Amino acid sequence: MLSEQSSSTKPGLPDNDETQVAGSPDHNGVGPPPLTDADLLEMYRTMVLSRTLDQRIWQMNRQGRAAIVASAQGHEAAQVGAVRALDPERDRFYIYYRELTTMLALGITPLELLLGFLAKEGEPLSGARQFPLHGAIDRDRRDIVSFSNVVATQLPQAVGVALADKMRGEKRVTIAYFGDGAASMGETHEAMNFASIHRLPVIFFCENNKYAISVPISKQMNIESVATRASAYGMPGIEVNGFDPVAVYEAVGAAANLARSGQGPTLVEAVVERFLPHTSDDDDTRYRPPEDLEGIRDLDPIPATEKILRENGALDDALDEEIKSSAQKIVNQATEDAENAPFPEPHDFYEQVYAPGSPGDQS
Amino acid sequence: MAEMTVIEAVREALREEMERDSTVFMLGEDIGARGGVFLATEGLLEQFGPERVIDTPLAEAAIGGIALGAAVNGMRPVAEIEFGDFVWPAVNQIIGEAARVRYGTQGRRTAPLVLRVPYGGGVRGGLYHSQSIEVAFSHQPGLKVVAPATPYDAKGLLKSAIRDDDPVIFFEHKRTYRLVKGDVPDGDYTIPIGKADVKRTGSDMTVVSYGLVLHYCLEAAATLAEEGIDVEVIDLRTLRPLDTDTVLESVRKTSKAMVVHEDTKAGGIGGEISAVIAEEAFEDLDAPVKRVAGPEVPAMPFSPLLEAEFMPSAEKIAVAMRELAAY
Repeated sequence: MLSEQSSSTKPGLPDNDETQVAGSPDHNGVGPPPLTDADLLEMYRTMVLSRTLDQRIWQMNRQGRAAIVASAQGHEAAQVGAVRALDPERDRFYIYYRELTTMLALGITPLELLLGFLAKEGEPLSGARQFPLHGAIDRDRRDIVSFSNVVATQLPQAVGVALADKMRGEKRVTIAYFGDGAASMGETHEAMNFASIHRLPVIFFCENNKYAISVPISKQMNIESVATRASAYGMPGIEVNGFDPVAVYEAVGAAANLARSGQGPTLVEAVVERFLPHTSDDDDTRYRPPEDLEGIRDLDPIPATEKILRENGALDDALDEEIKSSAQKIVNQATEDAENAPFPEPHDFYEQVYAPGSPGDQS
Repeated sequence: MAEMTVIEAVREALREEMERDSTVFMLGEDIGARGGVFLATEGLLEQFGPERVIDTPLAEAAIGGIALGAAVNGMRPVAEIEFGDFVWPAVNQIIGEAARVRYGTQGRRTAPLVLRVPYGGGVRGGLYHSQSIEVAFSHQPGLKVVAPATPYDAKGLLKSAIRDDDPVIFFEHKRTYRLVKGDVPDGDYTIPIGKADVKRTGSDMTVVSYGLVLHYCLEAAATLAEEGIDVEVIDLRTLRPLDTDTVLESVRKTSKAMVVHEDTKAGGIGGEISAVIAEEAFEDLDAPVKRVAGPEVPAMPFSPLLEAEFMPSAEKIAVAMRELAAY
């Protein structure tokens, strides 16, 4: 059973004890290897870079230079922790639209991401046919996919991907990211049910920021935790503080071990906070009470991780300054390069509607 | 060469493709021990086992989405929707997703899946087991839509669909399953997607159709032949991409054109064919293009006389042919 999750509405650091596996009491026995300070430092570096880039894109949107952004601010620790528990060269990532930190952690560069936000030539996922962070990456042994803006569609797709891996006997894990909003979709139910019946190597990773655009979690579900639904499908459910990158790493690592050893899917719910409105087109002052945001930024996982690293002696002023100024420098250069890149011409507009040379191909 | 029914031809195509290519597998409702509600997959579970013939929960969105995921990851799934009327939960995954995978990734991912959809009426199926839904899919670029009428075409086109690198929606008319018999060559052959077939040559008018009512068109054409009217009947076979070349060539020869389908008239494929003829062969026409199609009611009623009222028939088609001939 899941324990009382008093911190689930106000996640903070450090409190790894709240990680629980429903129906899998030996969670501690199936967890991943412990992280070193060097690991945590690298994760911190990625979080700082993500925040710096995210702020830049938001700023560019406000200046009219980027059409739209769904900010990952508040989700960084959850995303960096999940990727850390997986193998970017072997595992498969079915992301959704708020995965800026996930992309950076997987090695997609700030320039590549900015080319997406500015819809420029060379954008690596869809050639800027799609919204930022949508399309597919197939280089450097990466399998990162986000076909659609339609929430929850990626969940049955990820299950099909895992089914194919299982049929071929490949020991890969597919992680499917989604938000609390997508948890209400019928496809989420159908995907989890099928994955559990066939014990497929899938991790359902819910980033619960407690808002589906403007609709609060209390109007989305009459339960405390998305993870409790796992027991209804006969799979483990883990609720974890999504502001704690180590706790998320441990939860996803445990789920990955179960998946890789043929024990089927796990539902991991990382409870996070959405620091900004749903997207740059949203105005959360219309629906989010000020007291809801009060104190949340005090729990910001980036300074919290910085504090732990300092306490552990793994970070000092000089190194922290290097990490932050280096992130700023990288983002500044990427901004300049992306702004100088041209928009794609429509010369391949009709290409890849159908397979080249097949009936209907107009290219 | 053996005579077989449409359902037997479908089953043969599935069996031979499963034998030929280990990445081909099937998923759907009741397709395992039951062999499918129409027995399209009868015997395949026994031959290929439960890992390649997967009975799914009653969950069409999952059937569509799982087929899509497996296709993206190197497999060639053949998903069965039990009745076309039940396809709508899967539409999000097929029209919304599968059709755009290639375009939305610049070809970095593809979706070589087949969605087999039994459709159509005249089977006492009532409002929820009779629908013609093909045009909902044939409107969508990125999909290929096939609707064979004969056993020979069904087998050859299903093999092409399974080998195709794009998502193919494969419509099988339920009434043809056991009604229509025909010669099918032994062993492997394919029929290209995107090619119509002139099922009867004639010089007085062109009739374009597909599916069950294609046979009614041929029946009506035989009747008209006795009256001295020579009708050419074209079977579209593929609804996307349309083989407009074959249609236009015929219309330029006969100077009169008619489209016949069971689906309702407004917004049906007949409107598109008529528009293509009007755009490309207006000056070759001696008469307005005529359409015979289902009536503007939401779906096909259950009771026999009501069902007959809905269905195009050889008699109704013959009447329209005489009118067109007399114009």
